[in-house]
Amino acid sequence: MSLSLEQVQRIAHLARIEVSEGEARTVLGHLNGIFDLIEQMQAVDTRGVEPMAHAQDVSQRLRDDVVSETDRRDAYQAVAPETGAGLYLVPKVIE
Amino acid sequence: MIHASLRELSQALAAKKLSSVELAGLFLDRIERLNPEINAFVTVDRERSLKMARAADARIAAGSAGPLTGIPIAQKDIFCAEGWTTTCGSKMLANFVSPYDSTVIRKMHGEAGLVILGKTNMDEFAMGSSNETSFFGPVRNPWDRARVPGGSSGGSAAAVAARLAPAATGTDTGGSIRQPAALCNLTGLKPTYGVVSRYGMIAFASSLDQGGPMAASAEDCALLLNVMAGFDERDSTSLDRPREDYARNLDQPLAGVRIGLPKEFFGAGCDAEVMAAVRAAVGEYEKLGAICVDVSLPNSHLSVPAYYVIAPAEASSNLSRFDGVRYGYRAPDYGNLDDMYAKTRAQGFGAEVKRRIMIGTYVLSHGYYDAYYLQAQRIRRLIADDFVVAFRQCDVIMGPTSPTTAFKLGEKAADPVQMYLSDIYTIAVNLAGLPGMSIPCGFAGGLPVGLQLIGNYFSEARLLNVAHRYQLATDWHRRAPDGIA
Repeated sequence: MSLSLEQVQRIAHLARIEVSEGEARTVLGHLNGIFDLIEQMQAVDTRGVEPMAHAQDVSQRLRDDVVSETDRRDAYQAVAPETGAGLYLVPKVIE
Repeated sequence: MIHASLRELSQALAAKKLSSVELAGLFLDRIERLNPEINAFVTVDRERSLKMARAADARIAAGSAGPLTGIPIAQKDIFCAEGWTTTCGSKMLANFVSPYDSTVIRKMHGEAGLVILGKTNMDEFAMGSSNETSFFGPVRNPWDRARVPGGSSGGSAAAVAARLAPAATGTDTGGSIRQPAALCNLTGLKPTYGVVSRYGMIAFASSLDQGGPMAASAEDCALLLNVMAGFDERDSTSLDRPREDYARNLDQPLAGVRIGLPKEFFGAGCDAEVMAAVRAAVGEYEKLGAICVDVSLPNSHLSVPAYYVIAPAEASSNLSRFDGVRYGYRAPDYGNLDDMYAKTRAQGFGAEVKRRIMIGTYVLSHGYYDAYYLQAQRIRRLIADDFVVAFRQCDVIMGPTSPTTAFKLGEKAADPVQMYLSDIYTIAVNLAGLPGMSIPCGFAGGLPVGLQLIGNYFSEARLLNVAHRYQLATDWHRRAPDGIA
């Protein structure tokens, strides 16, 4: 398997990472090397094997639906790049 | 004093032969003097540390101290600690001062009363095996400063090896506690998945990540795990099990213990001198009464390929939170919202992190999910099942931790695949969720060699016992780098 430059640019877009064409070429070489390694998996017949998502065979715990946290909005927003009136500010999305 | 065990330090503090303030000051002075060469710490805050030490001294004076109250340790900079800059080795979080404590920090410092000496350097978002991907520059191995300390917990390993701290924490997703422990002559333990809470431990691959101790000896690791481990309702994968004393079996004799030697760990691919040291260690275990049995992990060669699908897939999801909105870096110039995300992430992440996010994005994308992600999860099952079979024949599995000793700075930095193969012996343990250790077992060309011990689920106390008895019979773990005295 070998990725194309267009595929790398598509992946970078999906991942929301800006890449220049020069960077994309470097990344292409690295990713193709890594996928050569990953391709070893394809030789293995895994029909009938249950996929393993997790190390422990336990089900999701549920907690009681009660308030457990105190209001720490100011502390959490103090580390945000830009806030105003208790809101996180981002560029205008809707004109 | 700098080579004292945690038990000895604890006894000296309890007997009031020294105070926590004096002890913390001693190590803070060493950090000030030696860290510029080693680069093990990215954040040191003397006043904050001494304040914790004064509180510990007050607890000791009041008679309400626990066994490790007042002992200073280094925290890997992946654990959020309130009021401390918590960077995860990334430009993305270079200015992030955590507004809350991770559970590990709360248990070790808030409850047990240990003192934080500082936050240690690491590969960016724990992605690396050499500590060279850190935004804050590489860490130098105290055994040879032209070489890497391993990674991703390389700062923690170098800090303990240079005795800038008596002990440290690490995290291990594919070998990040065990491999740097091996390369720096330390004892490191990755617990069973779910034993140490992941709450507030910045996530890389959530089904694999596990925190654990790094120290000079198995006894020190047992004492540290006692204050790190435990059920936490804030971590949805934390296991609700009865409390254990991980030091309870340390002295148990090893007569009759069955050591499994997987033929896949003793074949080609490992440096000959490393292999000789590992075989000598196995011979020492036979002298201690252990019995060796041959076992097989027939799918272990697939662990690196499967890992480099599963871990990046989980990382691509976990790291989507770094978008310049709620915390961390935001690009200074951008157009619309999408452009802000793309520029923030392009500028905030380093090359290795971007590579892994892109691998993960690809293997989870439409049309490739079954061929890569599901196939990797099926292989993960085969790898875990191999261990189930092997543990029917033995109590502990042994082999090398790393195929080589510490390599030179820059040696593998240009070739990601060569770097990934540093973890060929450690990754299967994370995929299965088992506990694993690395202990010092000799030297090759003057550089430390680690012996890996792998146990069945929840067998940490047994692993620590097996490691401790070896450390009573040998002195490899007591060797220190030249000039560290």
